[in-house]
Amino acid sequence: MSATTVSPELSANRRDIRPGRIIVWTLLFIGGLIMITPLLFMFSTSLKTSGQVYDLRLIPLAPTIDNYIKVLGDGRFMQWFFNSTLIAVTVTLSNVFFDSMVGYTLAKFQFRGRYFIFLAILSTLMIPTEMLVIPWYLMASQLGWLNSYWGIMFPGMMTAFGTFLMKQFFEGVPDDFLEAARIDGLNEFTIWWKVAMPMVVPAISALAIFTFLGNWTAFFWPLIVTTSKELYTLPVGISSFSAEASIQWELIMTGAAIGTIPTLLVFLLLQRYIVRGVMLAGLKG
Amino acid sequence: MTTVSAISQAGPVRFWDRLNIGTKRVIWAWGFLALPIIFYSVIRFYPTFQAFWLSLTNWDLLRPAQFIGFANYQKMFADPLFWKVFQNTFLYLIIGTPLSLAISFVIAFYLDRVRFMHGFIRALYFLPFLTTAAAMGWVWRWFYQPVPIGVINGFLSTFGIPQQPFLRSVDQALISILIPAIWAGLGFQIIIFMAGLRAIPNTFYEAARIDGLGEWAILRKITVPLLKPTTVFLVVFSSIGFLRIFDQVYNMTTNDPGGPLNSTKPLVLMIYQTAFSSYQMGYAAAQTVVLFTILLVVSLLQLYVLREKQ
Repeated sequence: MSATTVSPELSANRRDIRPGRIIVWTLLFIGGLIMITPLLFMFSTSLKTSGQVYDLRLIPLAPTIDNYIKVLGDGRFMQWFFNSTLIAVTVTLSNVFFDSMVGYTLAKFQFRGRYFIFLAILSTLMIPTEMLVIPWYLMASQLGWLNSYWGIMFPGMMTAFGTFLMKQFFEGVPDDFLEAARIDGLNEFTIWWKVAMPMVVPAISALAIFTFLGNWTAFFWPLIVTTSKELYTLPVGISSFSAEASIQWELIMTGAAIGTIPTLLVFLLLQRYIVRGVMLAGLKG
Repeated sequence: MTTVSAISQAGPVRFWDRLNIGTKRVIWAWGFLALPIIFYSVIRFYPTFQAFWLSLTNWDLLRPAQFIGFANYQKMFADPLFWKVFQNTFLYLIIGTPLSLAISFVIAFYLDRVRFMHGFIRALYFLPFLTTAAAMGWVWRWFYQPVPIGVINGFLSTFGIPQQPFLRSVDQALISILIPAIWAGLGFQIIIFMAGLRAIPNTFYEAARIDGLGEWAILRKITVPLLKPTTVFLVVFSSIGFLRIFDQVYNMTTNDPGGPLNSTKPLVLMIYQTAFSSYQMGYAAAQTVVLFTILLVVSLLQLYVLREKQ
């Protein structure tokens, strides 16, 4: 993992042998601008009146936040935003707790059946969500979980991906630390929570970022399990709102912008952690 | 009262103290695993078997499920719509995976060497990965509209290029939906490729240069082979993503999901419609088994390719 930080001589070396660096930089920069063009147009149109929508200028002639007042005014988006946040936060906390606990147990405890449990959990990675939604739907309807927060959350409370990621990292924690804590008379739960967990904070943040983002943008299962609008998550809400708004593109873009702004803000604040977390999860996972 | 509770508490404590350290740890381990074992059994394993079982029934939510053998599979394999959907699903995969990996590798390869404003340029490429497909589907849908609404057609017309129908055309709709899907995933792939590139020890490059290898030879003989684990991971990850494409298709074709004329319908959308529009749960379960089989083959291929190397 230490290799992910570039040694200075490496970059210096590569720099010497590459002429035309300015051309490469410019092309990369233009490519980057093309990448965010859809986002720029989305924000730009969300600031236009319905009459200006046909004017494809990127910077609106007379920017207005009327669309935001209109879209946020009836409280639906607020409700969906609240639902999405509550669900994503709860599922993330659950994953950080349980995936770490299982990963730690599989990495640091010796007992019969350990390998079997590990393989059993790992094998669930092979099962696509789409295959499980029909039985989940049946389960949720029998237990009265349709149209409830719990109904949206229950399938994702633990994941094999997170367990595997945490196991990989707990294997790197030296046993000596845990033994020392054991000699000090701490119980196993406290050793895990107070000694082992602080040593894998990068992995925890990677897991948290992935789980949060995955649940914040989740569409398929929330679409199936919710039918009442009060319980929609933001993506399902945006989808139904946009279908209703039909050709009022300035309102659709406003809705899409409202769904995009929170993650962009979080990214701007936590860019380094997010990029590092994605790298960690991608390399170890 | 106090004595009673003292005795009842003393019981388990004394029992616990008598156990040796190894036994205690085993009990702790199973204690940690208790709730997760219940979760994985009830929420993952049982539903998996149930999906296989349901695929052999004619369950439709109204009447109890009846065993009908392989009738769902026979119906599916005789259904031209299924084969159309099957073809679409693989088109998303066969175009999407190579195209997105080629683009992201080239960008990662050059971006890795850029020092000036590196973080900023990386952020530009990474931002779309953080967006919601449900929201961006509508933004792209707007992009594809005819003039005077659509940005792309507006752009084309300033250069005198004729209007393109995009989402309204049987030939162009699938690729029009694929582009936003590739766009949204590029940032992730670039970051992973860059992590892979940086994990290659510098000594390899130095040795190659001492041996007088050119840039192109270094790329072919060192970078690409040593990047193989990263590439295999990304091929599988993005293949699975394209095989399961749904959000973009659903949101970009809400008037006629999977249209026009089913030309964009992927397997997951067919499953969704069979299960939750026509409530043919048994038939939909059979379709999910097909999806499961395809994804299993892709994952096994990954294991095979990685094992071959060792």
